[in-house]
Amino acid sequence: MPTQHLTHASGLNRNDPFAERCCATLFGLALVAAFTLAAVLAEFGLTPYDPLGQDRIARLQAPSVAHLFGTDLFGRDVLSRLMLGISQSFTVSFLAVGAASLVGTVLGLASAWFGGFWDGAIMRLMDVLLAFPAILLALLIIAIVGPSGLTSILAIAIVYTPIFTRVVRGPALSLKQREFVDAARTFGSSRRYIMTQHLALNLVAPLTVQITLALAWALVTEAGLSFLGLGTQPPYASLGLMLADARNLMELAPWLLWIPAIGLMFAVLGFNLLGDALRDILDPKTRRALA
Amino acid sequence: MSYPIRRLLVFPLVMFGVSVFVFVAIRLVPGDAITAMLGTESGLLTPVQREALTVYFGLDQSWAVQFWRWLTGVMQGDLGISTTFGKPVLSVILQHFPLTLELAVLSMLVALAIGLPAGIYAATRQDSFADLAIRVVAMIGQSTPGFVVGLLLIFVLSVGFGILPQMGTFVPFSEDPLRNLGQMILPALTLGTAFAAAVIRISRSAMLDILREDYVRTARSKGMPRGRVVWRHALPNALIPVVTLSGVEFGYLLGGAVLIEQIFALPGLGRVVLDAILQRDYALVQGSVLFIAFNFMVVNLLVDLAYAALDPRIRFESK
Repeated sequence: MPTQHLTHASGLNRNDPFAERCCATLFGLALVAAFTLAAVLAEFGLTPYDPLGQDRIARLQAPSVAHLFGTDLFGRDVLSRLMLGISQSFTVSFLAVGAASLVGTVLGLASAWFGGFWDGAIMRLMDVLLAFPAILLALLIIAIVGPSGLTSILAIAIVYTPIFTRVVRGPALSLKQREFVDAARTFGSSRRYIMTQHLALNLVAPLTVQITLALAWALVTEAGLSFLGLGTQPPYASLGLMLADARNLMELAPWLLWIPAIGLMFAVLGFNLLGDALRDILDPKTRRALA
Repeated sequence: MSYPIRRLLVFPLVMFGVSVFVFVAIRLVPGDAITAMLGTESGLLTPVQREALTVYFGLDQSWAVQFWRWLTGVMQGDLGISTTFGKPVLSVILQHFPLTLELAVLSMLVALAIGLPAGIYAATRQDSFADLAIRVVAMIGQSTPGFVVGLLLIFVLSVGFGILPQMGTFVPFSEDPLRNLGQMILPALTLGTAFAAAVIRISRSAMLDILREDYVRTARSKGMPRGRVVWRHALPNALIPVVTLSGVEFGYLLGGAVLIEQIFALPGLGRVVLDAILQRDYALVQGSVLFIAFNFMVVNLLVDLAYAALDPRIRFESK
C-alpha cells in the first residue's frame, strides 16, 4: 500500500485522491440534481409565487420569510424567478447541447467512416466554425436570425457542434480499424448497423464527458447572450437576464445580483465537477491511478 | 509533410472558408441586401433610389460575382462603409481594436501573474492544505463566468469600499497612460482572474507530471536542491502547455471580450460588434467578424507553430 494512503497525522486522510474525488463528485451530482429539481418544479408551475406576477406594493423587499430571496423592482418573487431562470437556462442549454452532440456525432461518424472527400469537406467546415470565438459566432447567428430563446439554442448548438465532431471523429477512426468492426463487415452487417451499434456505442464514454462539460459552457454562453439582451427576452427570466436587471440596482438591492450570480456559478460548478469526475471514472488511466 | 508546413497550407483554405461563411451569413439576413447594408435608413429610400443602389453595389449580379468583388475589396482593405459611424469599416475597426488588444495583453499579464505562481506552489506542495485550497479556488474561479466576476468586483468596490470604477470617457494609453491604466485595471482584473483559474489548473497538472519524470528524480538523487530542480528542470517544461493555453485564450480575448467591454463601457471592438448587431449595421458586423476571426486564426496558428517548436514530439508524431 503506498504511504499516501496511510492515515494523516491530523487524523484526516488528506492524501487520499479517491476520497477527495468522491466528495467532489457527490457535491457536483448534488448540485446538478438540486438545480434540475428546481428547473422541473418551475416547468410545472410549482414555484412559491407566480414568477411573472407583479406586486407593486412589494417592490425591492429584502430576503424575508415571505420572500426567501426577496423581490425585484416589479415586486416579483426572486426565488420564483430564479427557479424559472434555471428552468429557462437549463432548457436552452440541454436542447442546444443535445442538438450539437447529435449533429456532431453524425458528422464525426460520417467523416471517419467515409473518409476521403467527405472527411475533408466535413472537417474543413468544422475548422471554419472553430475559427470564430464562441460568443462571436453566436452573436453572428443572432444577428442573422434575430434575438430569442430559440435563436440562443440554434446559436449555441452551432457553436458546439464542431467540438463534438472532433471528439467523435478521432476515436471513430481508430475503432474503424479494430478487428470487431472487420468481423462485423465480414458477417455482412450493414453500414448503418456497424456505425450505430459498434462505433457509436463505443463512443458513449467520451461523449458523456463532453456533453457534461459542454452543458457547463452552454449555461455560461446562454447567460452571456441573455445578459446582452440577445437571448431570453423579458418578462421571462433567465440567469443572465436577472444579472442584467440587477446591474443598476446593485447598491439598493444587492440580493438581485448575488442570488443569480451564485446560482449561475453553482450550476456551472456542478456540471464541471461532474464532467471532471466522469472523465476520471471513464478514462482507464486515471481510473487505475485512483483505485 | 511536417506538421508546421501542413498547418501553414491549411490556413489560407480555412481563411477562405471563413470569408465565404461570413459573406453567405450576412446575405441570409431576412429582407433584401440594401436593407441589410443600410439598416433602418433603408426605409427612407424611394424605389428608384433602391434600384439605383442595387445596380451600383452590383447586387443584381450572381452571388459568385458579388463574392469575388467583395473578396477583392477585402484584400485591398475595403470592408465597406459603416452606416452607424459613417466611415469606412476598416478605419472603425482600427480605431477600436487597440483598446481590445490592450485589454487582452493586460488580462493575460494578470492571469499569468496570479495563475503561474499559484499553480507551481500547489504542485510542489501536492495534497497539502494549501494545494487543496488553491484547487478549490481554481475550480470555483473556472466556474464563474468573467462577466459575473466583473459585476461582483464592481459591487464590492462601489458598495464595500465606496470606490467607483472610472467609466467616463475612455482615454487612450498614448494620451494619458496613468488614467488609461486606471480605466483598464478593473476590466483586466476581471478577465485576468477568470483566466487565472485555468492557468492554475494547467500549470499545476503539468508541473506534477514533470516532477514525476525520471530526469527530475535523477537530479534530486544526485543532490540538487529542490528549488533548483523546480526552477531549472521542471518549470521550463511545465510552461509548454501554459504557453499553448495562454495563446489560445489570447485569441479568444481578442474577440470574446464583448461582455466585459459592455459591463465596463469600454469602446473596444467587441462592443463595436455588439452595437453593430443592435443597430443592424451589417457592413460593420461583416467586417469586424472577419477581422476578429482572422486575428483568432493567426494567433492559433502561431500557438500551434510555437507548440511544435517547443515540443519536438509534435513534429515527429505528425510525420
